[in-house]
Amino acid sequence: MAAKRKIPVKTRNPDLIRGVGKYSRSKMYHKRGLWAIKAKNGGVFPRHDPQPKAPAAAEKPPKFYPADDVKKPLLNKRKPKPTKLRASITPGTVLILLAGRFMGKRVVFLKQLSSGLLLVTGPFKINGVPLRRVNQSYVIATSTKIDITGVNVDKFDDKYFTKEVLKKNNKGEGQFFEAEKEDKKKLPEDKKEDQKAVDASLIKSIEGVPDLKAYLAARFSLKSGMKPHELVF
Amino acid sequence: MPFKRYVEIGRVALVNYGKDYGKLVVIVDVVDQNRALVDAPDMVRGQMNFKRLTLTDITIDIPRVPKKKTLIEAMEKDDVKTKWENSSWGRKLIVQKRRASLNDFDRFKLMLAKIKRAGVVRQELAKLKKENSS
Repeated sequence: MAAKRKIPVKTRNPDLIRGVGKYSRSKMYHKRGLWAIKAKNGGVFPRHDPQPKAPAAAEKPPKFYPADDVKKPLLNKRKPKPTKLRASITPGTVLILLAGRFMGKRVVFLKQLSSGLLLVTGPFKINGVPLRRVNQSYVIATSTKIDITGVNVDKFDDKYFTKEVLKKNNKGEGQFFEAEKEDKKKLPEDKKEDQKAVDASLIKSIEGVPDLKAYLAARFSLKSGMKPHELVF
Repeated sequence: MPFKRYVEIGRVALVNYGKDYGKLVVIVDVVDQNRALVDAPDMVRGQMNFKRLTLTDITIDIPRVPKKKTLIEAMEKDDVKTKWENSSWGRKLIVQKRRASLNDFDRFKLMLAKIKRAGVVRQELAKLKKENSS
């Protein structure tokens, strides 16, 4: 086969209907310029003789033949797509968390991380929810939106939230219990600073809307007579 | 005991079942014992079973099966829309619709307003009780 072009050439013969081209064979011969190629080559279409192949190195017979024919698994070229974000969730939306430690809390959505999880924050001062990742499935999106333009969330990604790997060093039984007590993890100062930086401009825009601060501080719960399938969020 | 709202040409009714649920329509003709020909400014004139209609107190003055233009003029003249929206039934429906469309944030603000109002009422009551007892 001749060398493949990087961009396939657009056909010079548009279809009138599928299977019927606009131009006849003779017209296409002229359009493609085969007459010009022939003229350049002295009336004959240029012919390239097959190039002599370089001599292949002599292959040694393999040293080892496997006893059974083991089938190779089929090739999988699937690339998982990033989780599709619901249309109702846009940066600045107030979400209701449905599960976990902060169940029922109303939080502000910041952005979707590359793993598909949603980055949310309380803000921490208002309802105690820190910068946190949450799964889209465990969230109700309300139609309340907050202005989020002053917030810079570029530095947060999934790596920021991974747990630190602790080194195991104590082996003596006597020291065992004392060491456990020391092990209580403290939140590093830079994470606290990040939280404050993100929350500063958020809190300003929240205080601009009356009652919004109290709304975010309160938890959501289903009361008597509320039918979730009829509620508008 | 006697009936007060009659099926007649020009009677305005509320659709209570089906595709046109909640619409106000005008009875423009009676087909037979069970069905009426019904029309409204924003729908194609068609038949409807009486069981799908709830009669209202409002009637308008129209000839039998009027043209759409005549119907709309008659409805404007008799002010069906304002009469309906001022009636207690119409007002109830509007309030129900508004309550159903409340946002989660709106419901929160409503709760705060209710608590505030209850607080004010209780204060006044306490004042009156004090005056009465002294």
